[in-house]
Amino acid sequence: MTLSTSEIFDQVCELMAPYNQKSLTLETGTTFAHDLELDSLSVMDMLAAIEDHFDVTVPLNILPDLETIGHVAEAIKNILDE
Amino acid sequence: MTLDLFEKFDRTLESFNQLPKGDFNPFTVSMDAVISPTEAIINGRKTILAGTNNYMGMTYNRECMDAAEEALNSFGTGTTGSRVLNGTYNGHKILEETLKDFYDTEHAIVFSTGYQANLGIIATVAGPKDYVIIDADSHASIYDGCAMGNATVVRFEHNDPENLEKRLARIRRKDPDAGILVVIEGVYSMLGDQAPIKQLAEAAKKHDAFVLVDEAHSIGVFGKTGRGVAQEQGVEHLVDFTIGTFSKSVGTVGGYCVSNHPKFEVLRLVCRPYVFTASLPPSVVASATKALELIKNSNLRVKLLENSMRLNKGLSDAGFNVGTTGESPIAAIVIDEQDIAIAYWQQMMQEGVYVNLAVPPATPNGLNLMRCSLSAAHSLEQIDYMLEKFIAIGKNLGVLN
Repeated sequence: MTLSTSEIFDQVCELMAPYNQKSLTLETGTTFAHDLELDSLSVMDMLAAIEDHFDVTVPLNILPDLETIGHVAEAIKNILDE
Repeated sequence: MTLDLFEKFDRTLESFNQLPKGDFNPFTVSMDAVISPTEAIINGRKTILAGTNNYMGMTYNRECMDAAEEALNSFGTGTTGSRVLNGTYNGHKILEETLKDFYDTEHAIVFSTGYQANLGIIATVAGPKDYVIIDADSHASIYDGCAMGNATVVRFEHNDPENLEKRLARIRRKDPDAGILVVIEGVYSMLGDQAPIKQLAEAAKKHDAFVLVDEAHSIGVFGKTGRGVAQEQGVEHLVDFTIGTFSKSVGTVGGYCVSNHPKFEVLRLVCRPYVFTASLPPSVVASATKALELIKNSNLRVKLLENSMRLNKGLSDAGFNVGTTGESPIAAIVIDEQDIAIAYWQQMMQEGVYVNLAVPPATPNGLNLMRCSLSAAHSLEQIDYMLEKFIAIGKNLGVLN
């Protein structure tokens, strides 16, 4: 069973809950650095939770490209489809 | 409108500018004179140094200073060249022989700093089709080695063998033949906790991965002959590469990597942070060689850990939230508010005690720390003085009830 990007996005949003200290409404365009005010270490911790949830490897190398929740959902989709 | 290249630093600059100017800024401390491994003149005041990673007090060891002076007079102030051109003197070869003897390994390579050792080994050994798996709390030099190299970088939860194993299994499932390097540290510098090397290395070996242990904060401090945590835990046979520095217990500057890998010496040709930089000055090389000989046969580590336990226990008994256990040379108390941590640091300086103010991202879990690194050269009186000031200021700032 393959997940769609929007299904992945919904699951990522659930995993984001502990990192959404300001209780923002999460959208695909929500940014980690600016909107959620997460530092790079928090983003890496969050990715670790996402890795374990989807049972995939998310290399740190792609971190600079992951600015929004939408980027993460797309990256997970690509990794799952590989 | 032209983009200012420095605009990206505005937020950093903004928070730096909130700190006091001049003498009591924790990031611009300058020592007017150094009296001993444990004392200096700062802001015109005699100050106890309690945050210099000078674990053995080796910076003023008479034999090391004499060796450095002799090398300085015989070989001059610097080599002005790379190890692979004109920068290898007899002293560099003797230092590498001394390291091989110290670690009982087949190979040893000396770098110009510990930072470069991590940068060079990680970036070179792990290539484009390989993986590097690093502990989440790794030092910046390990992260930077990953950034410089072309391998796929994966991070596992700090000191968690199960979490590492999960990541190794995932990589192997997808890529059964890939080369994998697992990178850990013997002692983590901020909270002084040790890696469970046996469990981590066994997980790595189960998946045919290589193991690199950075013993920067543990050389001299742990193990029967001071090799570090792998020796202390009796697991040196599980370690493929040991990295370390001369800038802590060894009391000077420089880095190294030792290994039994049969092809290790090729790194002298392909490791760019080794090739494209000048080699260490002869005086540094001579004092490092002497210090390694002394460390191997010394029991200074017993005194060092006694000193650390005395401060850690004192802080804990006083009721501080202590982040360390006293089982390493580090003593650190956790301060909830960063403003209070800064004020704490300043008041300690006013009382003549230099410690490290450590704040994120240099610290794990977003902690603000007042971090001390003990030295075997600290006297009990100095430790008791630090403790007295920690308690008095802690009460003054409401950190202690």
